[in-house]
Amino acid sequence: MNHLDRLEAQSVYIFREAYRDFKQLGMLWSIGKDSTVLLWLARKAFFGHAPFPLIHIDTSYKIPEMIAYRNEKALEWNLNLIVGQNVDALANKQTYPDGAIDRIACCRALKADALKHTLDGTWPRWRLNHATRQLEPDTNPAAFTGVIVGARADEEGSRSKERYFSPRSQDHDWDVADQPPEFWNQYKTDFAPGTHVRIHPLLDWTELNIWEYIDRENIPIIDTYFAKPGGNQRYRSLGCFPCTTPVESPSQTVKEIIEELRSGKFANIAERSGRAQDKEDGGGLETLRREGYM
Amino acid sequence: MERMNVVIVGHVDHGKSTFTGRLLADTGSLPEGKLDQVQAWCAINSRPFEYAFLLDALKDEQAQGVTIDAARCFFKSDKRHYIIIDAPGHIEFLKNMITGAARAEAAILLIDAHEGVQENSRRHGYMLSMLGIKQVAVLINKMDLANFDEAVFNRIKDDYSQFLTSVGVKPSAWVPVCARDGDNLISPSDRMPWYTGLDVLAVMDAFHKELPAENLPFRLPVQDVYKFTAQGDDRRIVAGTIISGTINEGDEVIFLPSEKRSKIAKIEGFNVDPRSSIGTDMATGFTLTTQIFVKPGEMMCKTGAANSHIGTQFKANIFWLGKTPLVLGKKYKLKLGSARVQMGVKEIINVLNAAELSSEHKAEVGRHEVAEVIFQTQKPIAFDTADEHPLTSRFVIVDGYEIAGGGIVVENRSNRTGYTARLEFDSDWQMTSIDTVKRAQRSGHSAAIAIVFGDHSKELSKAIEIALFDTKISAYRIGASSPLQWERLVEMAYILADSGQVVIAAIAGTAHDVVAVSDPLSRFSIIPIDSDHCNIDSALSAIRGRI
Ligand SMILES: Nc1nc2c(ncn2[C@@H]2O[C@H](COP(=O)(O)OP(=O)(O)OP(=O)(O)O)[C@@H](O)[C@H]2O)c(=O)[nH]1
Ligand SMILES: [Mg+2]
Repeated sequence: MNHLDRLEAQSVYIFREAYRDFKQLGMLWSIGKDSTVLLWLARKAFFGHAPFPLIHIDTSYKIPEMIAYRNEKALEWNLNLIVGQNVDALANKQTYPDGAIDRIACCRALKADALKHTLDGTWPRWRLNHATRQLEPDTNPAAFTGVIVGARADEEGSRSKERYFSPRSQDHDWDVADQPPEFWNQYKTDFAPGTHVRIHPLLDWTELNIWEYIDRENIPIIDTYFAKPGGNQRYRSLGCFPCTTPVESPSQTVKEIIEELRSGKFANIAERSGRAQDKEDGGGLETLRREGYM
Repeated sequence: MERMNVVIVGHVDHGKSTFTGRLLADTGSLPEGKLDQVQAWCAINSRPFEYAFLLDALKDEQAQGVTIDAARCFFKSDKRHYIIIDAPGHIEFLKNMITGAARAEAAILLIDAHEGVQENSRRHGYMLSMLGIKQVAVLINKMDLANFDEAVFNRIKDDYSQFLTSVGVKPSAWVPVCARDGDNLISPSDRMPWYTGLDVLAVMDAFHKELPAENLPFRLPVQDVYKFTAQGDDRRIVAGTIISGTINEGDEVIFLPSEKRSKIAKIEGFNVDPRSSIGTDMATGFTLTTQIFVKPGEMMCKTGAANSHIGTQFKANIFWLGKTPLVLGKKYKLKLGSARVQMGVKEIINVLNAAELSSEHKAEVGRHEVAEVIFQTQKPIAFDTADEHPLTSRFVIVDGYEIAGGGIVVENRSNRTGYTARLEFDSDWQMTSIDTVKRAQRSGHSAAIAIVFGDHSKELSKAIEIALFDTKISAYRIGASSPLQWERLVEMAYILADSGQVVIAAIAGTAHDVVAVSDPLSRFSIIPIDSDHCNIDSALSAIRGRI
């Protein structure tokens, strides 16, 4: 077994534990490379299927290619897609791009709050109808008790202390100082009513591993990660366009990206360095994470 | 390139995070600008710079200068990739230390040269041995506070190596370091010329990879059985991760505790080349040649090989992390392999303070204590003992919603030979004077005991009782799902059968349990009935043929 086989086996095991123990299970799908690898691993675990809904939080400021890619793959792979959004904040123009609030507050409103209320079913959410190919109001807004998320330990400080199965309180708070023990492949699968558990199958993967696996498995990835022929700009991490800047890089293929991460100019530069909001929280994102930001 | 997880442990403030931060910095493993960023943060907040801040990323950790939870960080030497797990030393966060250490293949244990061996130096040493981590290196840190004196190093080494020997840990190296200044981390220190051994990085590179458990007997805890009919997939796939051994298409397998057998039809997978054989550590799935009913939680073994034990009682060494103590008379959940079953404590043999190694008899096991305990499970499960197969001897104990302890099975204590107690009555006990033949002549049928087992034993046994009663057979049904009750069930069945009844005894166990239950009842005709594979008509005809 090589290191990718091991990472894959560990992730598959986590997926199966989650599916066995959480009746209301869902998976966040941000369309980025990590959550697309996550989706691929789900299909590994369940022999070609993704037997639970995929949840996408649409801030309305996503790079437009992302939404197109999302809809295309959801139809092609027969995915059960659920979409949530902070409709009020957008209608009332209470966002950072509108000039109303700062970046952190905007992330909180459009991502953390929207996620919280989409997960517990208290805000309207939409489901993809494969027959009509349209999003339609979800008529069964049950609360999710298990939510699979593509967080990686190497992303930033507080994530390096995460659990594979990480409990969240009724208010979705993450109690970092009192996390459950986790050993011998046994995880926290029992939880009190009203609480839920975030499940992290990618915790041990690095950014490089993600690309190595995309290469090995030939996973189709949204092309905003690649530079256009002759161009020198691409996204390294996908977020909302007002807060994510492309990086200078001519890489046009997965192999070129891998090379760049192994020994090239990105070998020692943090992946999220293009994400402006990280810098406003002492570099840690901890405040947002504690409140439920993925 | 190879990769390895290494955990950094030791008493609070002995310099684990400083060591880890300095190692990352000296090997150029920090993201560009990270060191400057932390130094700038310290300047703004007028705090002295600490390498530990590179690891202690939580706000509470930085405010209190203590590690709360283990951080994972990545770095690479010329030899391999490392994931370094920087564990907390404070006793309050022992569960986080265990979480970190359980993921590691090797450990580095730090001792402060100025403070010497402390309570958690010992407790962590003990936990390493319990978690099965065999490769350990000890660093005597803060040598600057001991004038880089060789005598101090030797004194601590002698003191601590005695302790480690007593818990069965044999360090691969002892290195004097000054973590803060980087002495002996990645190159020899000229402040300690008397030390001629390897630097820490070389010690780490000398750790060797654990061999996969390929040579142990085949074990696969069944995690789930899938049939995605709604997605148009008709395969019935038994899924799980191979803990040890290898399996091939066509191999005959046995599931424990149900003891059902089948053959591997096909090794299934998504986006992989077809294969006819698969080995240790792979997460996989199989279709079987026959449609048997197996459940998540069973242990898949190969027939004809050394298989797991089946039992309801075992002796274990445990450590307890729960906020409330482990006590008798309370229900806990056992998670071993993929099995989940209710259990209780039958006996607490002794309780040990892992820092002092002093043991005592106590009625409960408190937080952070270790103990020798006998458990009784509600249903039979499959397990191994630590000396036979360490990986499938490990379990956790869930109290309420929380994982509150962990342990290792050391001995199977299940009573498989039957229940003899109280069937031989005291000499002044008076028994019937009418013999069973006369009773059979009167009632028109002889006595018998039908033992109905399996998942549907309750419903089936009820139906049998009514059907027999309606045809004028004197039938009496008793049943108990918990093995704790089986001894009593045996005793009642004995008396009822002795009085000429057809006894229908329902147990929620397996064919294996029938043997144990029926052994002391062998005076009577015993009719085993598998409620998962037998309908009412075949059950009735089996009974009528014997009475
Ligand atoms: N003099 C001296 N001080 C050191 C050395 N290494 C660490 N320290 C100091 O010891 C203190 C504790 O260091 P940490 O690295 O936070 O200790 P720790 O073992 O990670 O502590 P916990 O994680 O809370 O258990 C800090 O103030 C360090 O600067 C050393 O080699 N010499
Ligand atoms: Mg520390």
